[in-house]
Amino acid sequence: MADITNTAAANRARLASENPVKRFFRATEIDTRLLGMVGAMLIIWIGFDILSGGLFLTPRNLWNLSVQTASVAVMATGMVLVIVTRNIDLSVGSILGVVGMTMGVLQAELLPQLLGFEHPAIWIITLAAGLLLGAAIGALQGFIVAFLNVPSFIVTLGGLLVWRGATWFVTSGRTVAPMDATFRLMGGGTNGSIGATASWIVGALACIAIVATIANSRKQRKRFGFPLRPMWAEYFLVAVGCAVVLGAVTVVNSYPWPVAIARKFADANGIAWPEGGLFIPHGIAIPVLIAIVVGIVMTFISTRLRFGRYVFALGGNPEAAELAGIKTRWVTVKIFALMGVLCAVAAAISTARLNAATNAQGELDELYTIAAAVIGGTSLAGGMGTIAGAMLGALVMQSLQSGMVLVGIDTPFQRIVVGVVLVVAVWLDTIYRARAK
Amino acid sequence: MTDTRTPLVEMKNISISFGGIHAVDNASVDLYPGEVVALLGHNGAGKSTLIKVLSGAYKRDSGEILINGEPAEITNPRDAKKYGIETIYQTLAVADNVDAAANLYLGRELRTPWGTLDDVAMEAKTREVMGRLNPNFQRFKEPVKALSGGQRQSVAIARAILFDARILIMDEPTAALGPQETAQVGELIKQLKKEGIGIFLISHDIHDVFDLADRVSVMKNGQVVGHARTEDVTKDEVLGMIILGKVPEKAIPGPGAMQTA
Repeated sequence: MADITNTAAANRARLASENPVKRFFRATEIDTRLLGMVGAMLIIWIGFDILSGGLFLTPRNLWNLSVQTASVAVMATGMVLVIVTRNIDLSVGSILGVVGMTMGVLQAELLPQLLGFEHPAIWIITLAAGLLLGAAIGALQGFIVAFLNVPSFIVTLGGLLVWRGATWFVTSGRTVAPMDATFRLMGGGTNGSIGATASWIVGALACIAIVATIANSRKQRKRFGFPLRPMWAEYFLVAVGCAVVLGAVTVVNSYPWPVAIARKFADANGIAWPEGGLFIPHGIAIPVLIAIVVGIVMTFISTRLRFGRYVFALGGNPEAAELAGIKTRWVTVKIFALMGVLCAVAAAISTARLNAATNAQGELDELYTIAAAVIGGTSLAGGMGTIAGAMLGALVMQSLQSGMVLVGIDTPFQRIVVGVVLVVAVWLDTIYRARAK
Repeated sequence: MTDTRTPLVEMKNISISFGGIHAVDNASVDLYPGEVVALLGHNGAGKSTLIKVLSGAYKRDSGEILINGEPAEITNPRDAKKYGIETIYQTLAVADNVDAAANLYLGRELRTPWGTLDDVAMEAKTREVMGRLNPNFQRFKEPVKALSGGQRQSVAIARAILFDARILIMDEPTAALGPQETAQVGELIKQLKKEGIGIFLISHDIHDVFDLADRVSVMKNGQVVGHARTEDVTKDEVLGMIILGKVPEKAIPGPGAMQTA
């Protein structure tokens, strides 16, 4: 017992000598690692804004950034679970390709023949088929990993080739276009955004959800007499959360429709074209909304459900998980199936955005997805990672890429920079973790 | 051994052999509620094999196991768990990256009516159980990885208690721990005794367990050399039992005792 008493005493001593900054982080329970990432991202944003002469931090660029991030961010949420269990999935880009191509053929060639062109059910059937196909491919790969004991690196490396080959096979390499009009909304664009009013409603709902979550957690902890956060810390968290949400809504609502489209809209609806032009805000893009919903659902799965608990336990100590009676093999199959579903969602977003399915779709996405998860704090040693971190990682990666395009850096250098940043980010993270111990 | 109560566990005349080698030969041991019995012997003396028969990892060739005086059929670890027998593994089988509550409930999580994890209820129960075992334990929110070896051991034990263990098997429980942590596990074992839990301690090092145990049972070459109350014998005498099979006066000799005139 002696050492426990000692550490308790040491804890008190540490609390007493703590400076205000440390006390602030303890009280608010903010993840300093995540905060560091937000800081790094802000530096990237401001840096590019200065280098590009104020082009980066404009509503237009930030709105585009959010849309460009959506597809990889969706896949990164699943990659977290895969990597947490000490596996890897190299095939996500190819799964995106084959699912995207299948959905393209379904909605552009097969279903119109059966139901007629632009039939309202086309997009639903297409999306459902895509999700099923993604789940089936993922489950198959997971089954081989879990029950046939082939390392996931090999299974998904094989998958990388197999599914890319399958993408080619579906149309013999031909690009399929155009997509169904309703389906296309999932890709964003002027029509694929929900507009100002709806965006404010979404923002308000998010703020209510933040307040409700914090209040509920406080009520629960009070019920069992656990230590509570100080009241000011609760208010601070609510304030910051709501400010971020409402700030983001303000930004996307400041990006108006392009003049030509706005004029066409005005003509079609008999609105007189005003002097300074018509200001119709985009609002939140639908793919971004999809990504946010996926992020919330995946966070819920990984922290609130038994499945998520098993994923992390399995990643921390597979032997202990097995001894505790967890069906570890089935958990692995489910993780890969879930990854497949998320690839299908990403495929829907990217084919809709491109308004075409091509056989190169999703190439290299596996690397960006893995990089996003790893930059977002997922440990390749297993057992650690958060959904929010991975999505933020995807945003950081995309910020770098779009920023370099804006500044006018050539493609070869873009890749060099992204590669170097990945290695440096993980190196910094290693140092942070060594010091945090 | 003059106890008139029903033993918690009675293993009678257990034999098990692997390919003609008698790993355990006609061995008998028993355990009473609230008692700690140390099972001692060299590596390969058969103590682990004998106890794995109890925990369901091995199936005995002959002999009988009585739990609370009733014959028990134990053919796999699940059967053993049904009888309230829990094993604490030497390798500290806890999931490193989740907190104490998650470890205690791993595999049988409490859930809310909506099917989500009821973390608050699990933490409450964990605080209660840990408070009983190790009142100074405060690090409920941290992953188990951040805890000391002794604290991790108490998490593993708390997990067993939560399963309503009546019989605890601890295989070299302090082998991976430093001196302070060993003392901590010692405290824990005393606490468990108070609750009427019977404990088998397995070790090849007498110093680890002599002070904790009420009785020792010594094995050599698959046979039981003898049993003794720790207050009746010295460490050296027990060492003599382990090395030579020589049974001191106050001990009860078993089939493996050195044959002297």
